[in-house]
Amino acid sequence: MARDRSPAELVGAAPDAAFEITFDGRPITALPGQSLAAALWAAGILAWRTTRVGGRPRGAFCGIGHCFDCLATVNGEPNRRACLVPARPGDAVTTQEGHGHDDLAVR
Amino acid sequence: MPTRNSPDLLVIGAGVVGAACAYYAARRGLHVTVLDRGSVAGGTTGAGEGNLLVSDKEPGPELRLALYSTQLWRELAVVLPSRIEYEAKGGLVVASEEKGLSALREFAARQTEAGVTAEVVPGGRLRELEPHLAPGLAGGVHYPQDAQVQPALAAAHLLRAAGDRVSLRLGEEVTAILTGAHGEVRGVRTPSGDLHAPYVVNAAGTWGGELARLAGVQLPVRPRRGFVLVTEPLPRLVRRKVYAADYVADVASDSAALQTSAVVEGTPAGPVLIGASRERVGFDRSLSVEALSRLAGQAVLLFPVLATVRAVRTYAGFRPYLPDHLPAIGPDPRRPGLLHACGHEGAGIGLAPATGRIIAETLTDGELPLDITPFRPDRFGGGEA
Repeated sequence: MARDRSPAELVGAAPDAAFEITFDGRPITALPGQSLAAALWAAGILAWRTTRVGGRPRGAFCGIGHCFDCLATVNGEPNRRACLVPARPGDAVTTQEGHGHDDLAVR
Repeated sequence: MPTRNSPDLLVIGAGVVGAACAYYAARRGLHVTVLDRGSVAGGTTGAGEGNLLVSDKEPGPELRLALYSTQLWRELAVVLPSRIEYEAKGGLVVASEEKGLSALREFAARQTEAGVTAEVVPGGRLRELEPHLAPGLAGGVHYPQDAQVQPALAAAHLLRAAGDRVSLRLGEEVTAILTGAHGEVRGVRTPSGDLHAPYVVNAAGTWGGELARLAGVQLPVRPRRGFVLVTEPLPRLVRRKVYAADYVADVASDSAALQTSAVVEGTPAGPVLIGASRERVGFDRSLSVEALSRLAGQAVLLFPVLATVRAVRTYAGFRPYLPDHLPAIGPDPRRPGLLHACGHEGAGIGLAPATGRIIAETLTDGELPLDITPFRPDRFGGGEA
């Protein structure tokens, strides 16, 4: 008999009203104080970056800002650590391809 | 496989110079044991940027050594795996003002007479070579012979490519040099025992002076600290090794005070490396925010785009420098059997193959590729320590 024991329930949190952010244009609900990574996870999204060389999917790994695996492009700025950046109303998270700086490349 | 009780040669130091000595000696048929108190490339080699430069050298013995070494690196790039990240990318030295540019042109003209390929680039054409360069620079000189390598991987693959004739003993510190009845070298002592060989090569880099002292001779190798600032991974943003003309003056300077001049280069792995600071503070490893902020500021003056990316880490190393800024290469007449291959300052990665080749030829009575008199290890006098 599974019970839904979310982190918020476990600590008896009473957050303010939820708000909306987007992931690749799709609306997602976030709670005040939640990191972007937590909000993405809560929406069932586990990967928001592809690796530079092999294009493999990446998401949150350490969850404490150390491993830099969870890098995402947030409001157009690449390489933000999704596990550390608090979600704010209207944030636009987009899947980051590789280093996220393709626009700077010289050929 | 034949078993041997003792090698022909002991190389002290598993940096890129020690690795090159072992590689070329093994190719001449010698059996070599390489010892290091740390790891492969654990000292200055691992703290470098992998510069293989002719552009920063004025005509003279070091430039001759560099030109020869450049040729050897090209050969090694074919033999060693591509993982050493050898890139014949060329260098671009830029001057912000007309005065600096004319000094640079004059310097390049003298280098050209000494065998360097150098092409003057007018200010208006700089951004064809490097699109992200700041606008308004007076001009520069392009040096196609400059190249780059990943120094730690290059040292490791040199050792591996040397094959069965080379054995490696890491984590073993030399505590004494063993000598015979006539003062000749007989081997070394380490905490795990004595190792015998008729020749010992001092490839201990910045710590080469200490090793010389163990052998009873003086060699005034001193540390010159440098920081490298590392950016987040980026696409190819800087094609060549790009640096400001002031760098040449800083390299040749004898000042102990902090000097910085931006040297900017991309790497196959993505991060852009930003050097180069120089200061004489002994073996102090503490972080210098001043050095780093000056490096960052100067790099942004050259490449304004760098202001939009993150620097994610830094590392420091100690260049082994001798008072006349030339390395010590060859036999030490004060201690028969002892050879030196150290003191290459900031050019050790570039000069390693030439140094290794010279050591190997010396030990096998081969033909020396160039005159090594300027690198004589006893040139500073002092006799026995």
